[in-house]
Amino acid sequence: MSAVPLPESLRELVIGEVPYETRYTKKFEMRTPYVPPDPRHVRCVIPGIVLTVAVRKGMRVSGGDPLLVLEAMKMQNQVVSPHEGIIRAICVSAGDAVTKGQVLLEFE
Amino acid sequence: MSTTNKHVDFFRRKDHLVNGGANRASEKQMALGKLTARDRITALLDVDSFYEFDLFVEHRCRDFDMDKKVLPGDGVITGTGSIMGYPVCIYAQDFTVAGGSLGLMHARKITKIMDHAIKMGMPIIGINDSGGARIQEGVDSLAGYGEIFYRNTLASGIVPQISVILGPCAGGAVYSPALTDFVFVVDNISKMFITGPEVIKTVLGEEISMEDLGGARVHSEISGNAHFYARNELECFHKIKQLFTFIPWNNRKKAGRYPVKPPKAKFDIERIVPMDSRKPYDVRHVICALCDNSEFLDVHAGWAANIVVGFARIDGETVGIVANQPMVLAGVLDVDSSDKAARFIRFCDAFGIPLITFVDLPGYLPGVDQEHAGVIRHGAKLLYAFSEATVPKITVILRKAYGGGYIAMCSRHLGADFVVAWPTAEIAVMGPEGAANIIFRNEIASAADPAEMRRLKVAEYTEKFANPYVAAASGHIDAVISPAATRDFLIHAIQVSANKSESRPYKKHGIPPA
Repeated sequence: MSAVPLPESLRELVIGEVPYETRYTKKFEMRTPYVPPDPRHVRCVIPGIVLTVAVRKGMRVSGGDPLLVLEAMKMQNQVVSPHEGIIRAICVSAGDAVTKGQVLLEFE
Repeated sequence: MSTTNKHVDFFRRKDHLVNGGANRASEKQMALGKLTARDRITALLDVDSFYEFDLFVEHRCRDFDMDKKVLPGDGVITGTGSIMGYPVCIYAQDFTVAGGSLGLMHARKITKIMDHAIKMGMPIIGINDSGGARIQEGVDSLAGYGEIFYRNTLASGIVPQISVILGPCAGGAVYSPALTDFVFVVDNISKMFITGPEVIKTVLGEEISMEDLGGARVHSEISGNAHFYARNELECFHKIKQLFTFIPWNNRKKAGRYPVKPPKAKFDIERIVPMDSRKPYDVRHVICALCDNSEFLDVHAGWAANIVVGFARIDGETVGIVANQPMVLAGVLDVDSSDKAARFIRFCDAFGIPLITFVDLPGYLPGVDQEHAGVIRHGAKLLYAFSEATVPKITVILRKAYGGGYIAMCSRHLGADFVVAWPTAEIAVMGPEGAANIIFRNEIASAADPAEMRRLKVAEYTEKFANPYVAAASGHIDAVISPAATRDFLIHAIQVSANKSESRPYKKHGIPPA
C-alpha cells in the first residue's frame, strides 16, 4: 500500500506486484467479486416465474428428479436435481418471479 | 394537360411529399430536441448539395387498411450530397411518417442508396430514427432488414459506413449500426436495444428505464456500441464532419492531405511522461505533442479508456493512433480494450491508414471476471489485427513494455515496420518486482533479511533489464530515440513507407478470434 494517499480521483491497481496509481473505469467499479459455487445450492439459470414446486422440505431426492418447473421465455423448463440429497430449504414458491443466479433451493 | 399544368401538378405532388408527416408529429419531434429528417440532412450536408432519390416511392401493403394510408417517401429520405465537398450517400428515417417504421419499400430505398454507395465508392451515412419493423407488412419488413444487413457486410471495408442514432433503434434494427464502422449517439435522444424495457419487465420482471438500458451514455461507456457521443444533434453533426476530414472516400483512395501545422507549444513532449513507471499521465498529451496542430480525434473516448484509439495527422497525412492510457486502469489490456483496439486497427488497415502505436502498459488485467469473460479470445483479436494489418506500422515504446503486453502492442514480432523506444523504456519479460521474486526466489528465502535481499535483487534486476538496450541488443527494437526527436522520426517513417507493399499468400479470408 502506498504511504501517501493518492489524489482523489487516483486509485491503486496492483499488476505484477507493482501498485500503479491510476483511475478506474465505470465498468471496473461495477464488477462483482467472484463467489465460488456452493454445491448445496440450486441456482436459477434463467430469469422467469416459478410455476410449480415438486418437492417438500426434508424430502430425499436422487439426481435427475424434478424439483420445480420454471416458466421462462415462454417455455416451461423443468429444474432437476443435480445430485442425490435431502432438501433443507425451498427458497421460492409457485408464482414467484426469480432472477438469474437466485438460490431456488438448498440441500442438506 | 398543358405543360404548365403538368409543372403545377409536379410541384403540388412534390410539396406534399417533402413536407412528410403531419405538423403535429414534427412539433412533437422538436419538443424532444430532435430535428426532422429533412432538417438533419440539411444540417449535415453542404448547402444545396442534396439530391433526393425515390421521393415518389409508395408502400404496397394492402392489409389492415394500409391501402388507405399514404406514407410520404415511405418514412425514409434517401439521396446523395456532399460534406465539405466530400461525396456521400445518405438516408434519414423520418419518425413523423408512421414512426419511421421499416416496411419493404422503405428498406428497398435504403438498399438502393447503399448499392449506389458501394458502386460509386462513396461513404454511406444512415440516420436511424425508427419505431422498428412495420408490423402490418409482416415478414416483408423482416426481409427489408435482412437486405440491409447483407449490404452493410458487402460494403464493409469498401466504403466507410457511418450510423447516426437520432431516436429509437430497437430490435433487429440495431444490427445495421452494429455492422457499420462508426456509430454516433446523442444524449437523451438515442435509444438502442434488442429487447426494450417493457419486454424485459414482462418476461423477466426486471424494471429499467430506456435511458439506463440503452441510452447514449450506456452505449458510449458500458457496452461500447457507440463510438462518438454528443450532447445534442448539432454537436453530433460537427463530429461527423470532423471524422470526414480524416478518412478516405473508399478503400481505393488515400485520405485527403491537409496543410501541415506544428503541434501546439503547450504540449511539451519532454515533460509529460513521469520517470517513475507507477505514476500516471494522460497519453493523449503525448499524441497531441507529436501530431499536426495537436488535433486528435478520440474514437470510443468513453469506453475502455485504458486504451486510446483515434485519428490524427503527421505531416499532413492521416494516421491511426493506438496507445495505452496509464491514466486509466494503469493502461492494462483487457477484454474491452482489446476489442476496441482490434476493431480500430482493422478499419485503418482496410482504408490504408498508417498505424502508430504508443506503448506503456504493465500487462493484462488480472481477475476472474476477465478470465470468464474470455480475455484469451478477446486479447487474441488484438494480436490478429496487428499481425493482419499491412499498412505501415510504427511503434514507439514510451515506458513499460512487459511480457505479453509488449508483444501485443505491435511489436517487431507482429510485423511492425519501425519499432523505436524512448530512453525511459523498460522492455522486459515482466516487471522487476515480479521477475526478481521468481529468479531469486531461493536467495531471497534463505537470506538473513529477506525483505532487504528482495529490495537488492529488485534493484539489480531493474538496473540490468529495465531499459531499452537489452531489446536493442537483440534487434527487437530498431533504435532508441529521444522524445524531442520523435515527431521528426514519425514524419520520416510515414514518408519512407509511402510505397510499402506487403503481399500475403492467397486466402478467401482469415478467421479472426471472436
